[in-house]
Amino acid sequence: MNLKKIRKDVAVVGAGMTVFARRLQETGKEMAWEAAKMALDEAGLTLQDIDAVIMGSAPDAFDGVHKKGDWLLDGAGGTNKPYMRVFIGGGTAVFAPIAGWWHVASGMFQRVLVVCEEKMSSVQPHAQSAFGHIWDPILDRPLKPNLVWIFSMEMQRYMYKYNVRYEDIALVAVKNKRNAVGHPCAQLADPNITLEDVLNSEPMALPVRRLDISPPSDGAAAIVLVSEDVAYEHTDTPVWIDGVGWCIDTTMWTNRDLAFPKFVARAAKMAYEMAGIKDPRKEIDFAEPYDPFDYKELQHLEGLLLAEPGEAAIMTREGKTQRDGEFPVCPSGGLLGVGNPIAAALGIKIGELYWQLAGKAGPRQVKKDVRTGVAQAWGDLMQVSSVVVMRRR
Amino acid sequence: MRDVVVLGVGATAFTSQTPEVNWKELMYDAAVKAYADAQIDPRRDVDSFITCAEDFWEGFSIFDEFTPDQLGAVMRPMMTVTGDGLQGLANAYMQIKTGMFNIVVVEAHSKVSELLTYEHVVEMAFDPIYERPLSAERNVHPYYVAGLEMNLYLHATGTTEEQCAFVAVQNRRQALSNPLAPYGARIGLQEIYRSGYAFSPLKKWEIASRADGSIVFVLAAEEIARRITKKPLVYLEGIGWSSESPWISARSADAGYARRAAQLAYRQAGITDPRRQIDVIEVEDRFAFKELQHLEALGFARPGEAGWLAQSGALGLDGELKVNLSGGSLGCGDLLEASALQRALEIVLQLRGEAGARQVPNARVGVAQSWRGLPHGTGAVAVFARRD
Amino acid sequence: MTKKDKFGPPFNPRGKPLEANEMEKIPHIRAKAPAKYAWAAGTAMSRFLEELKNGKIIGRLCAQCDRVLVPPRMFCERCFKPTTEWVYLPGTAVVETFSISYIDQNANRIKEPILVGTVAFDGAPPDCGIMHYFGEMKPEELKIGMPVEPVWKPQNERVGSILDIKYFRPRKK
Ligand SMILES: [Zn+2]
Repeated sequence: MNLKKIRKDVAVVGAGMTVFARRLQETGKEMAWEAAKMALDEAGLTLQDIDAVIMGSAPDAFDGVHKKGDWLLDGAGGTNKPYMRVFIGGGTAVFAPIAGWWHVASGMFQRVLVVCEEKMSSVQPHAQSAFGHIWDPILDRPLKPNLVWIFSMEMQRYMYKYNVRYEDIALVAVKNKRNAVGHPCAQLADPNITLEDVLNSEPMALPVRRLDISPPSDGAAAIVLVSEDVAYEHTDTPVWIDGVGWCIDTTMWTNRDLAFPKFVARAAKMAYEMAGIKDPRKEIDFAEPYDPFDYKELQHLEGLLLAEPGEAAIMTREGKTQRDGEFPVCPSGGLLGVGNPIAAALGIKIGELYWQLAGKAGPRQVKKDVRTGVAQAWGDLMQVSSVVVMRRR
Repeated sequence: MRDVVVLGVGATAFTSQTPEVNWKELMYDAAVKAYADAQIDPRRDVDSFITCAEDFWEGFSIFDEFTPDQLGAVMRPMMTVTGDGLQGLANAYMQIKTGMFNIVVVEAHSKVSELLTYEHVVEMAFDPIYERPLSAERNVHPYYVAGLEMNLYLHATGTTEEQCAFVAVQNRRQALSNPLAPYGARIGLQEIYRSGYAFSPLKKWEIASRADGSIVFVLAAEEIARRITKKPLVYLEGIGWSSESPWISARSADAGYARRAAQLAYRQAGITDPRRQIDVIEVEDRFAFKELQHLEALGFARPGEAGWLAQSGALGLDGELKVNLSGGSLGCGDLLEASALQRALEIVLQLRGEAGARQVPNARVGVAQSWRGLPHGTGAVAVFARRD
Repeated sequence: MTKKDKFGPPFNPRGKPLEANEMEKIPHIRAKAPAKYAWAAGTAMSRFLEELKNGKIIGRLCAQCDRVLVPPRMFCERCFKPTTEWVYLPGTAVVETFSISYIDQNANRIKEPILVGTVAFDGAPPDCGIMHYFGEMKPEELKIGMPVEPVWKPQNERVGSILDIKYFRPRKK
């Protein structure tokens, strides 16, 4: 791999997203259209200007529709265009824009639209019913597992190995649900939530309690990516995708180190090397790591090499990761606050990086001047991660 | 701009059942062959891995989980394209073109023998609100749409049922010379007619049977490949893909998806006169009429002409156009998303001169075309060539 | 303060949220996914299941990296080489991690918690094991690092399934 020889630089010039909610009346196609339209409007483009469309969406089982990508394509603006759906489970939110990146960086397309859609409310009785089918049919499924189990096991192992206190983990949920108050799409924003609320919330699969978990959600998000050749035709404030990385670990999750996400570190190193980042803690100003559970924000910050193993919890306790802190983390409100429509988290990961770096984030704008941000997502059976580094120049 | 070449290919045989292995072992088998052919160690040399799969074909909610180990992709960049094998190659092609990736592996497979309710899963690809209730209400097999599309095509072009039947005869016969193909047969038009209408005007034996199998491609940047092998290289000169509206009622009669995909691929490859410039052709033929429709969409015949070519024996090893010498899907079986790679594999073997009894002498340029199947209009086109 | 000042972008995001009861009132179509499969277990897992029926845990040795892979595989994912040898393990194990679950598979609440976790088998490298239930202990007794042993179903009830092990219990000294 040669991480320094990119053919075309790629910029984000528009983003859009629908509200995130437990149930939306709109169909998947309609949500995809709403988000795509908003992103095109912000970029000042119409669908005719778009050369190719990239779709991100998580399991077909949510919709009960086979070949869901092809089904969604007219909503996403893919009719009669080169249209591609990529899928790495929960990691898709930050991976679909990476696929968009290589569509443009290759020199093959100049302007592409990346649309991510998720409608989790269609599956009955609960989104968990679809997750029943993600397991190994021989080793895991007979045990009738709930997806929360493995996260709980991972959290337990993380706390054990790095001596992390549950109270510090729960502070992440408090921070993100409060941050989400500034987000117009938020599902679970709560200006008054306290640490006690999280500690006393219903036990799900201990150590995980209800408020440690982001809610299932419906929603869609979209971004417009353009080549360096045309970026300034569309905006004065393009935000550049300077680093991308992704990595998958073995299928055998019971054979992995559950305390430290090595595959996140590997994906991060790939993205950092491409972006020319040698010391991520010094050179990166803020982060949008994937936070479907509060402990994941911490584990991911460590995987992203922005904290030593176990240190992210201390940074959180000391308030460094607050929006006005020295290293803001999830200023959007994250999945815990805005909601978790799997792939559509694009809007609160890449979307937020774009708005923050363009200086357009309004009341959510972080205090310090930011030039470089990192977004990350995570998926499959706790085994895959995607990382994007974005910059203002 | 750097060029992209095929460094290695590997495939299992295609068969109607594979109960002795699970999908991981099937993929492993193809991968080992491809890596040996490419003379690479996947743990050291490969920058990115791609598999082409759909959750409901496999029976998992996130099939991507179950892909890295058997390809040597653990702790490496790896992803799933929910598309066919040519769409997988397209992503590998773009990745290499960025300049960042040197060697990229693409896998596609079928384990369709393990899917017990194939018809129902195909039906689940129809719009759940407007389209699915129509077939569910009458308990109709979703392939009825193939009958509709065939009718549309016959009316639009004047192609006859008999001309379509010729395709089914030809491709099954052709499969006899392909050791990977399970459905070779020496049959005549009468047998096709005698098989009866399945979805009028489509006859039963004009429909490809399903098969299991796995195919792995290793793509590389030209300058990297040159360091590894002295063998003549097969270049991926251009690749395009396109999707029509997913609505059945909005489908074109002329396979517009294939036409658009071909335009994109031909532009990159510098193809202006495909009939003259291209030596070997593999087009999608899950339903016999589709071969004719696709030949026209790719510019090998005018609308309505492909049927005459089939009837006059012009599509074959001794004909003017060398079409589906592998036996196509009618001969190799419907391999789901891997059918696209089966076609690309045949082109690579032909261009390398490794196609055995069905070898086209001195083949230098070939095209492979895919269609993802009912009910959608999504497909891709890839142009391969020798430059030496 | 206008809405635009209160929130940042995206401005005026669309989408109409529904309450659970509203969901029932809007037009909708119900359908069951009629997808059924019969997966081949494959070479390695077939033997693993066969040995479970015999009350034994079996792994595969990778001669290259010298790991015993449990559950067994015919190839090593790290070395990308075929594994070479079947290896019986004593079956005893150590708790790697665990959860005390108050929800079932469909997120319904349950009274008696399920004790579940992963174990690493003795004779295999750390992190090499399976997920299973725990039993014959109180929730508060369950600890990471705890030595455990499998409790097998009676031989005539074993069918070649991971459920041939009822659960893991604290190992007797
Ligand atoms: Zn090994």
